[in-house]
Amino acid sequence: METVLSVLVGLFFAVGIYLMLSKHVIRILLGIAIFGNAVNLLIFTVGRIVREVPPIIPHGFDVPPGPVANPLPQALILTAIVISFSFFAFLLVLAYRAYQEIGTDDTDGMRVAEPEGESLPPLGY
Amino acid sequence: MAVEPGKIVDVTAAMITAPVTATDWLVIAPVVIPILFGALLLMFRHEMRWHGIVALIGLGAMVGTEVALLLHVLANGPLSMTMGSWLPPFGISFTADALGATFALTSGIVAFICAIFAIRDINVSGRRYGFYPFLMLLMAGVSGAFLTGDIFNLYVWFEVFVISSFGLLILGSEKAQIDGATKYAILNLVATTLFLIATGYLYGTFGTLNMADIARKAEGLRGTAPLMTLASLYLLAFGMKAAAFPVNFWLPASYHTPRIVTAALFGGLLTKIGVYALLRTLVMLFPVERSVLADLIGWVAILTMVLGVMGALAQSDTRRIFGFLVISGVGVMLAGLALGTQTGLSGAILYAVHSMLVMTALYLLTGMMKELGGSFSLRELAGLYRSTPLLTAIALVLALAVAGLPPGSGLWPKVLLVKASLEANQWALAGAVLLSGFLTTIALGRVFILAFWRDREASAPKAQATNTASPILGYGVLLALMVPIVVLGVYPEPFIKIADIAASGLLHNAGYISAVFPVGGG
Amino acid sequence: MRTLIFRTAAPYLTSLMLLFSVFVLLRGHNEPGGGFIGGLIAASAFAIYGIAFGVPEVRRSMYFHPMAISGFGLFLAALSGLLSYVFHVPFLTGIWTSPSLFGITVDLSTVMFFDIGVYLVVVGSITSIALALEEREDG
Repeated sequence: METVLSVLVGLFFAVGIYLMLSKHVIRILLGIAIFGNAVNLLIFTVGRIVREVPPIIPHGFDVPPGPVANPLPQALILTAIVISFSFFAFLLVLAYRAYQEIGTDDTDGMRVAEPEGESLPPLGY
Repeated sequence: MAVEPGKIVDVTAAMITAPVTATDWLVIAPVVIPILFGALLLMFRHEMRWHGIVALIGLGAMVGTEVALLLHVLANGPLSMTMGSWLPPFGISFTADALGATFALTSGIVAFICAIFAIRDINVSGRRYGFYPFLMLLMAGVSGAFLTGDIFNLYVWFEVFVISSFGLLILGSEKAQIDGATKYAILNLVATTLFLIATGYLYGTFGTLNMADIARKAEGLRGTAPLMTLASLYLLAFGMKAAAFPVNFWLPASYHTPRIVTAALFGGLLTKIGVYALLRTLVMLFPVERSVLADLIGWVAILTMVLGVMGALAQSDTRRIFGFLVISGVGVMLAGLALGTQTGLSGAILYAVHSMLVMTALYLLTGMMKELGGSFSLRELAGLYRSTPLLTAIALVLALAVAGLPPGSGLWPKVLLVKASLEANQWALAGAVLLSGFLTTIALGRVFILAFWRDREASAPKAQATNTASPILGYGVLLALMVPIVVLGVYPEPFIKIADIAASGLLHNAGYISAVFPVGGG
Repeated sequence: MRTLIFRTAAPYLTSLMLLFSVFVLLRGHNEPGGGFIGGLIAASAFAIYGIAFGVPEVRRSMYFHPMAISGFGLFLAALSGLLSYVFHVPFLTGIWTSPSLFGITVDLSTVMFFDIGVYLVVVGSITSIALALEEREDG
């Protein structure tokens, strides 16, 4: 199972990086979303996959009655999902604003902050 | 709690039972205080008159606890507290050693000074967008990153300050800000995702995320586990956050776009968190792997130093010049990381403290130059020496400090670094530190000559002052920031001593580990 | 989007979802659920109301600004951690008390208040993002 998931993680990374190499902001964002999911799946896989019940203590017990799945990777993934979700929401708004203001989503055309063809600073006075 | 008889488990064995004293709270106070005040400011976001005062009280309290924390750590060694009474490594530990406490205190001072400057620089619309709440949450993230003892928690604090920094960066929503913020946001997200990948692998390898636990388990796993992969991934991820050479292009794209206070904060603090994380992971957790990577780090350091300052030489906008100088300074700190010796590391730590102070001062200075001279561009700035002699004096001392000449603070860390490089026979590193210092002198000398020394031509349009407020507060803030810079330059012994303690705490991590695991077992 | 059917159904849907979100929040005490997921449900309730009646209507009916709500949540969460200071236990330690109200034992804990804080943070921040996006669509 781990092998299959590792291959899947590798595929996700490949797809994510391929999309991030694009010049268009929207594709970069899609790549980042896939990249983030690849990481989540990676953490899930390195936490060891077991065929056990969810780590929830039933009513009336203080400890789980039998073996349970490792809850820590799930907590880590949940945190990572929350963070990447809010990041992604922010980036979408930002990219949309950038498209409205600058009029392009081509990163080659986004040269407002660093204008092209600037002349040298004064060399003497 | 309905529990069947006989099923009750004694959980005290898994919990911390020793009472916690007020001193222990010092390690968490610099994080909780800004969160509390940030939350208050968010709640009363329309009472904008009070924002500045409340933020100053909060930041003042934070700096106070950080002073107490540093004094305590210097006297008694690292201090640790594990959240929720769970025993480490199950609970999340906050562990402050001399390194973390020094960086936290310096960043607190810088933030406090920036908050004073912001009172005059951030107008009502900036306050409505939430400058002060974002500032408080940014500082919570920064302090948390410096004081946490858990590597996943470090990731969380990284995200906290990165998300707050987005808010600060686009304050004003100008075209250039949105352009810069897009690049900043995407590249920083990639960097933190790389950090998360490394942390995922680390958890899979070690089964723990507590840094003290990792440090003591690393020795036993070295033969079998792919620790080189982890160290390289961390080097790439934190190198990106620190703006080291091949992955530094987000910084010059964005740091000149926001409000000047924001640029001052970012230039002072954010890259140093990357440097701190590099020191923490590579020196304390993976020292053997660091020595294997030392040559690579050394070349990265040389390229970052020299190419950074060459970028500065090619610019005419003062803010962009200073952005490139931030990068060059990161290269100097990486030189210490590449050496990995006691002297080299204390040089790097001292340089980081120096860099936090002077970079913030440089950006605030450029803010004053814009106000009094009417422009950011070296083509238009002129004659400031005649009109503002005090600003000229500050600029001269600051330029000397940045370049590493006396009486500024840059001299001693560079002395330490060059000495360490020569001891280790790393002639290239020593040469690069000196060369970058020389080129920095040229870059800043040109700013000084053109903006201050050059006479304003009679035909040139008279620059208008952009801010009608009196510049007294701005001068006061700059002078307050100059005090530690000059003190560090003329009386460096106590600071070098603190940096030495911090460096030896990284190299000999027994104190750090025993602060988290007092019994030594676990 | 503003069809008659949707506008008739939206208030019921919103109030049901809000009620359910509180249920999920409190259920998270011992069983699956909790502040984060409850907050997301509540935020989507407000988003639905916004789609049906427009953003100004949502802002008016929420009374407080979403960011102020999330600020209060953050404050509450931090305070419930700070209560540990009084009891000489580390930050964020769960402190329990079971007062008897009208003959019913109620288990109160700092954990619950922390979770309520998380709920409010999520409601506030996600709602303000959602409303900002919806406003853009209108304008």
